[in-house]
Amino acid sequence: MDPQHKARLDRDFSDLYRAHLRDVYSYAYYRIGNHHDAEDLTEQTFLQAYRHFERAQAESEGRPLRPWLIRIAHNLAANLYRDRSRRPQTSIDDTAELRTLHTTEDLVEGRDQLARILASVKELPDERREALIMRFALGMDNREIARAMGKSDGATKVLLHRAIKQLDGIVTAS
Amino acid sequence: MSDAAHIDIESMLRLALHPVEPPEKLRTRLESTLQELTDLAVEELEAWELSTMRDPRNWVRPVVATTVGVTAGTALVMLRVRQQHRRRKASSRNPLELAQRTLKGAVAEARKLIERADRA
Repeated sequence: MDPQHKARLDRDFSDLYRAHLRDVYSYAYYRIGNHHDAEDLTEQTFLQAYRHFERAQAESEGRPLRPWLIRIAHNLAANLYRDRSRRPQTSIDDTAELRTLHTTEDLVEGRDQLARILASVKELPDERREALIMRFALGMDNREIARAMGKSDGATKVLLHRAIKQLDGIVTAS
Repeated sequence: MSDAAHIDIESMLRLALHPVEPPEKLRTRLESTLQELTDLAVEELEAWELSTMRDPRNWVRPVVATTVGVTAGTALVMLRVRQQHRRRKASSRNPLELAQRTLKGAVAEARKLIERADRA
């Protein structure tokens, strides 16, 4: 490979890393449920992305690479569950995470409500939960989510609608 | 489900699923690893250009370079081997001994990773 080409690829990858480290980590954290495994998953995601970056960049034809990164994380997380034969742990530290957002007493009720939402999200089927994480934690639009999940835009819209509807039912029932 | 309820649950979701900042130690570790990978790839190119394959003192370069294209796990092994290379070089009496120490180091690091994976 031409050294200049390699140097440019490395620079581009560095930009990608800086732009999306928080996205990958947020996805990993909400997907897996604890910081320790989320760190490992994030690290493995970027190492794998580095290996395949040249091809991904060539095939992207200028489109954003965030869906590709999240897809790598998604596949690695699926492997993690398969290998360890386990579901997401219940250790998403709801109270710790929410405490950083809401510290005043008058927000106690709101905090409880958010904790209930998080608990309800964990009850959703994997695919619906992932779509919600991508939309609300990462702020991805339908097209990006569709690319990350390997679905059509239409199917993704339906998936998100059903996920929200099911979540609303769970929250209401609780 | 009414539109109002729909909007409300979406607002709650935005608050509940807020982005999570990665820990500083992860940033440090990851940036160090990526920097090493970048440096190694450059060394690979230099090694090819210089055609120094016959010199045992440079064996570590193509070996390390190949790693980038194999697996991330193997890359970690070679990163650690490369990080220890300077120390080995200082304590080796000749290039052959250095090559042997490097090979032993790679095997040891690979074993550590396998053991770690088994424990996980």
